Amino acid sequence: MFVARSIAADHKDLIHDVSYDFHGRRMATCSSDQSVKVWDKSESGEWHCTASWKTHSGSVWRVTWAHPEFGQVLASCSFDRTAAVWEEIVGESNDKQRGQSHWIKRTTLVDSRTSVTDVKFAPKHMGLMLTTCSADGVVRIYEAPDVMNLSQWSLQHEISSKLSCSCISWNPSSSRAHPPMIAVGSDDSCVTYGGKVQIYEYNENTRKYAKAETLMTVTDPVHDLAFAPNLGRSFHVLAVATKDVRIFKLMPMRKETATSSGPTKFEVQIMAQFDHHNSQVWRVSWNITSTLLASSGDDGCVRLWKANYMDNWKCTGILKGDGSPVIGSSGQPVALSAAGGSSALASQNALNGVMAGRYFFPPLDPPWAGSRYAHLLPPPSLIEQTCESESSRSQQTLLRRRFSGPALHSLPEKEGV
Amino acid sequence: MAEVDVDPITTLIPGIDSSQRHLGFVWGPGDLLAYETQYKPTGAQHAAQSCPFVHVVRKDEDIYSPILRKLFNESHHIFVGLQNMKDDVPSKNKKHQYVTHVSKNYRSVIRACMEELQRVAASDIIPRWFECMFIRQVSILLAVELIWNLCEVLFIEAAPAGSLLLHLLDWVRLHKADVDEKAQEVLQSECPAEHQAYWDVTVCYILQGRIDEARQILLKQASQQPAARVTFKLMDSLLMKMPIYNPGGTQTLTEFDVKWRRWHQECDRCLQDNSFASHPHLELICKILVGDEDTLLEQREHLSTWYHFLVTRLLYCHPTVKPTELHYYAQASMDMFLDGRSAPEPLDSILLAAFEFDIHQVIKDCSIALNNWWFVAHLTDLLDHCKLLQSHNLHFGSNLREFLLLEYASGLFTHHSLWQLAVDYFDHCPEFGRVYLELQIERVPLDTERKALKVLRICEQRQMAEQVRSICKIMAKKALRNNRLGSALSWSIRAKDAAFATLISERFLQDYCTHGTFSDLDLIDNLGSAMLLSDRLTFLGKYREFHKLYAEKQFAEAARLLLSLMTAKIAPRSFWMTLLTDALPLLEQKQVIFSADQTYELMHCLEELTTGKVAPETELSMQEDNIEATKIELLRLALARNLALAIVKEGTLEA
Repeated sequence: MFVARSIAADHKDLIHDVSYDFHGRRMATCSSDQSVKVWDKSESGEWHCTASWKTHSGSVWRVTWAHPEFGQVLASCSFDRTAAVWEEIVGESNDKQRGQSHWIKRTTLVDSRTSVTDVKFAPKHMGLMLTTCSADGVVRIYEAPDVMNLSQWSLQHEISSKLSCSCISWNPSSSRAHPPMIAVGSDDSCVTYGGKVQIYEYNENTRKYAKAETLMTVTDPVHDLAFAPNLGRSFHVLAVATKDVRIFKLMPMRKETATSSGPTKFEVQIMAQFDHHNSQVWRVSWNITSTLLASSGDDGCVRLWKANYMDNWKCTGILKGDGSPVIGSSGQPVALSAAGGSSALASQNALNGVMAGRYFFPPLDPPWAGSRYAHLLPPPSLIEQTCESESSRSQQTLLRRRFSGPALHSLPEKEGV
Repeated sequence: MAEVDVDPITTLIPGIDSSQRHLGFVWGPGDLLAYETQYKPTGAQHAAQSCPFVHVVRKDEDIYSPILRKLFNESHHIFVGLQNMKDDVPSKNKKHQYVTHVSKNYRSVIRACMEELQRVAASDIIPRWFECMFIRQVSILLAVELIWNLCEVLFIEAAPAGSLLLHLLDWVRLHKADVDEKAQEVLQSECPAEHQAYWDVTVCYILQGRIDEARQILLKQASQQPAARVTFKLMDSLLMKMPIYNPGGTQTLTEFDVKWRRWHQECDRCLQDNSFASHPHLELICKILVGDEDTLLEQREHLSTWYHFLVTRLLYCHPTVKPTELHYYAQASMDMFLDGRSAPEPLDSILLAAFEFDIHQVIKDCSIALNNWWFVAHLTDLLDHCKLLQSHNLHFGSNLREFLLLEYASGLFTHHSLWQLAVDYFDHCPEFGRVYLELQIERVPLDTERKALKVLRICEQRQMAEQVRSICKIMAKKALRNNRLGSALSWSIRAKDAAFATLISERFLQDYCTHGTFSDLDLIDNLGSAMLLSDRLTFLGKYREFHKLYAEKQFAEAARLLLSLMTAKIAPRSFWMTLLTDALPLLEQKQVIFSADQTYELMHCLEELTTGKVAPETELSMQEDNIEATKIELLRLALARNLALAIVKEGTLEA
């Protein structure tokens, strides 16, 4: 893997969350600077900020996209105890010309009395539903009954988990196979409270969510969790970020009677457990087909996990900061202009990708024999310079960093077999 | 199967100090975004960095190379052909032939691709670093082809003792083609026998077992040295007599073996009685012919690889080697040849695993060492078609194939056009192919209607109802946002989304009320049975039909339709006033269009509409209400007049 592009996000404070839209053509960023920014990917692959606005009166923890079936809709949650729903409206022509889009607030959900720590849309087959969880231990499920009118949201369910909630994850698989299911994680640090992951299931008869399972083995604070796509299997897979990364397999047990109205009971198995992050793990997330799990932890790394076809899990890749904070000569961070800089960066990085390219096999025959190492030399454009001129300097430092960075690493993240 | 443990690769993200900060991330369809963040809720706000970056981290897959795209495209055809094999080829023998043919096709695609890469790399139009990339790719392809060819010989052709060696010789000759170049150079020089590379070429020929060519080139030397004629003659006769196994012939392997041993003894004898002592070059050749290991090892330069050494050694020591004995000779040859000078590279261990007939090890090592899944996925699929994987390991044969194909196809799916190839690969993965396709295809960006239709067709062909619905819904929503009502309507009809169709029909009717005309007439005129999707859509279609009839001056028909829209409650109540207003011109015509009965019904509708009205509250609505009242008065007048005319007319006819 290589860094193909770096985008100056231009937030005034720490970024807390970045979210891709369903098709991967747009992304939203949110920050402690209380704003959300929306970015669009151009045909050439460059990212442009098309909207930036103040969303909350506190740090914005998470931002997430609704399924495109519901239009261009974002939800955000914040330290200011609220969650909000935003919809993009097709702006006036001069807005379009400037490449800007317009987002308006459709609703503010003010039911929580504490910081809203996570916000997630439910799977689309359930309609347009939004879930929040907050530090006071309540999970709230809202519904927009009329998908054409996003200013009306009704609070459908309130689940009290009794523990400070940090994260929620919907089981993405469709309701035909099983009732809607949501996992809730708590970052309460009191070990005696028992399991920090609770799984709730919707009951058709009572029309309420009932607790189906508590993962009793997870007693340490949980910071994130993620259901994997079901892939048509008979069991569910849940990844949990706590003091380590854990992957659980939840196998629904056969109900005793067909008419039993109680929630499904599960046989819980641990499929894998990794403590490579050394300490707390903060985020876990699956790729589209759940062949890869990524986790981020206190070691400052993102680790990629992959199972081979015999279900052996392994770390196959690490993303890590190169250790250099970006500080320019004036003490100001080196800023690259988002649009102008990134194309230059792109070509340099494409180059970087080549450098990082693996070299496994000696050329077997002349005429290539002579070139065995030739391609590993840096092209002249990358040779270090100590130039004091402001603009070229920032460019150079960046290039130098880049070049001394991931070059010459071998092996892809795919020990598939 | 020993686990080859490989350390994960670390990718450095610039400008982030991992000891101070956390690294946030989010998965995209093809890449991963990483950014600096701080998850720990620290009380005091840390010195905020004022310009955080978001980094796009991509897998460095070769799918972005324009030349390798040809490889993917071509091999896709071969792959699909192979999957359809079962039906076409009945006999086992033919099947085997076909699979071998497919294997050769794959290899020729690799070769073509390699040649193209070399050609482009050699031209000066491309930048230097690009050239480096090409050379890297060529070296990988070269290795891939080498491994594939060996696997073809060992696993697919599964040559028995005797012909095994012939195949291995072909394999070495194909991958050590520089001899031919050098030979050309020598033969084209003014005096080949005196060319400095003359003996190199001759020895290389002998090492590769190219006896006829060696004899020919030796003739040139013989004619230059009349004094040594006898010696040359002796060598020539030795070479001529060298037995070569002919698998198609009548000779049995045992007969060949006896003959070969006799020849071998003869060579040995020549060496013992110093027949070539006067001529060091010929003596060297003779030593090679008897398979003297030290002599062969001295030819390291000419052999260049341990596997060439292996094959040459087999040729002159064990020409009837059995497949099961190969691994012993291979390991020994590798040890001897490398002799601790260099550690075995990934390629060496892969080839060794192949010689050991350990298919799984080959596939496993290849998937670790190569940076794309192309090779392992296709080779495994091919071996699976030869039923080789099952026999070797009953437990996970077909799973391995599917696992690798899924990985390869998922990689293709991240590419903006190659994803279409991936569809066929998913189709041929019985266990998870469909689910993977469902998950991947709905993520294909629907940039244009054309692309959406393409994706839709793929889903429709596979009866992926949910994906079809979702795509149509997304497109309908998008069209509505951009105010393209016609497109929105047709997409929601495809999605069979009644609620949305109602909403759009409503918008059409609103537009009509304000502008007095319909847009997207083609669509509305040709709704057909799709009209029945929602009541409002039915009304829209019927109402438009009324306008058509009116324009065609089929007034009676138009009048009947208009009336039925109200009486059958197809028209929403809110629209009745518009319909009644539409009736006005028909009522005012000279000829009577609405019959007396119909007029009664119209009057009934008007009364129904006006009775439920509440008194106006504001001044503005009072003004509006005045207009409304005038309209109603006008209508009543027209209805009364029409009724009178109708009664008179109907009475007259009856009389």
